[in-house]
Amino acid sequence: MWPLKWKKREQEYRRQREEFFEAVKRLNRRDFLKVAGLSAAVFTAKTVVPPHSFQVVDVVRAEPQEKPLFRFAYISDTHLYERELNERFVNAALRAVRDVNALNPPPDFVLFGGDLAQLGQPKELELGKQILSELKVPVKMMVGEHDWFLDMGEKWRELFGPENYSFDHKGVHFIVLMSVNEKDFWTERGMTPMERMLTVAQLDNPLQSRFEVGEEGREWLRRDLAKVSKDTPIIIFSHSPLYKYYRPWNFWTEDAEAIHEMLFPFKSVTVIHGHTHQLLTHRIQNIHFHGMLATAWPWPYAPEGLPKLTVPMERPDPFDEADGTGWGSVDVHRDGYVDKHYSLWSRNPITVAKAYLESWGKEAIPPAPEFPPY
Amino acid sequence: MRMTKLLITMAGIVGLALVATSLERRTAGAQQPQTSGGSDRLVVQLCDGETKLEIAEARAGEILPPEKAREVARRMMAAYAEQQAKQVSKWTARDRLTWEREQKRVIEEGYKLFHDWKALGGTIGISCDMCHPDAAATHPETYPKFQTQLKRVAALRDMINWCIENPMKGKPLSPDDPRMIALEAYITSERKGVPLDPGKH
Ligand SMILES: [Fe+2]
Ligand SMILES: [Fe+2]
Repeated sequence: MWPLKWKKREQEYRRQREEFFEAVKRLNRRDFLKVAGLSAAVFTAKTVVPPHSFQVVDVVRAEPQEKPLFRFAYISDTHLYERELNERFVNAALRAVRDVNALNPPPDFVLFGGDLAQLGQPKELELGKQILSELKVPVKMMVGEHDWFLDMGEKWRELFGPENYSFDHKGVHFIVLMSVNEKDFWTERGMTPMERMLTVAQLDNPLQSRFEVGEEGREWLRRDLAKVSKDTPIIIFSHSPLYKYYRPWNFWTEDAEAIHEMLFPFKSVTVIHGHTHQLLTHRIQNIHFHGMLATAWPWPYAPEGLPKLTVPMERPDPFDEADGTGWGSVDVHRDGYVDKHYSLWSRNPITVAKAYLESWGKEAIPPAPEFPPY
Repeated sequence: MRMTKLLITMAGIVGLALVATSLERRTAGAQQPQTSGGSDRLVVQLCDGETKLEIAEARAGEILPPEKAREVARRMMAAYAEQQAKQVSKWTARDRLTWEREQKRVIEEGYKLFHDWKALGGTIGISCDMCHPDAAATHPETYPKFQTQLKRVAALRDMINWCIENPMKGKPLSPDDPRMIALEAYITSERKGVPLDPGKH
């Protein structure tokens, strides 16, 4: 009985996938012929290969391929509980580590995008560190609110170092910016550290304050940027999107405008952020923004405020716990702008190309979903 | 029959008299002549919580002698009888209050369950709000609809139970479990006003 049922389910699943890929093909061919002039057959061939065997697809670009300067990978939002309570999130994190380790050639480094732990517990953070230590290339760590609000970053700093830092790599200036500070909402309410953590960990809890880099962080950023020439490409890693998307869920950085002001004088700025667990694309003047996938679970798109350049990912299938999750990689070009690859575990990978953002969404358009968010 | 009616009326009068005196005490305690209506007369409220009566013979804050208090009670009773005579609806303000209060209570109960995996019998630390902040992506207005993975037309509660059993690793709720009703109340309250669209995918 069961195997037959399973088989039918699988057939249905395959049929749906087939349908989806057909739709993607239809949508793309137009842009494709118009824009890229590449062979549609290449794309077609790619879509029929099971997605698991993909590394990173070539990008549909408006211009003839310019070889990227280098590639780094990312893993984000693992939200680990201790293994005894929840194995699913642990396994997802391990899967991402395995996938990144299988990249050939290997990426120059891996960015971890924050929310390593679910409730900031020392054991959760230690487990996370142990899992990430399996990576074969260096890891750049970023902190998320789930890592921070139990002990205000004490354990995280002990394990991973300062929350704000910068480094240079192949001519690009990278900045890791702690953007999930909150104004004190706990003291006057007499909350325990755990109550504070649980309040912040609940996305739709309106008691908490809004995320911000804060005065100290902005001062640190100002000093860091002062050392960099205006035509050095800048890539910033932040946990929250460094703009204002949806306030009630803290898909938001309260002092975003002040930070944009500091970044406008630079020739090329890219922000890669976590926290939103979804495919997100935005541009403000010279600043390109890209979201990261979570390994743990996808967030739904917010009811309003979605940046216009975002082509949303299709709504995840609740019956497939890996759908809507994954990891990704970033190809950095000579000018600092990037092709952002989303390696979705249960779908074809999606690339949001530099050309898409540079053309304000007119060229190299990523595939649109057949079933958009409700 | 008649006796019962009489008893109820009497109980009502005593009750109203009590309301009048306690109201009067509160006003006295405040030591503030009523300025809202520009009058310093005693104002009493009927038990619908809305209708107000001004008593011309008594000042706000005045301590009423028993016969005056009884007179106030009589007038309140008369006002009530007059209201009753005009009443066509079976439902009273009290019913309305009950509806609102109970709805709110059950929605709040649903909110708690939605955000607390332990209370809902989950076993691996996953609660509803982790994938559905503010009940987003639950789209109750689209049910019942065919659910490919269940191979049948399913109701919202089937999906709630599916989530409890699978991602949350808990035990499904019986359809008349108050917790199920509370979850439905909360989820639908978050989509209030969205047009019904059963079958929408
Ligand atoms: Fe997260
Ligand atoms: Fe986060």
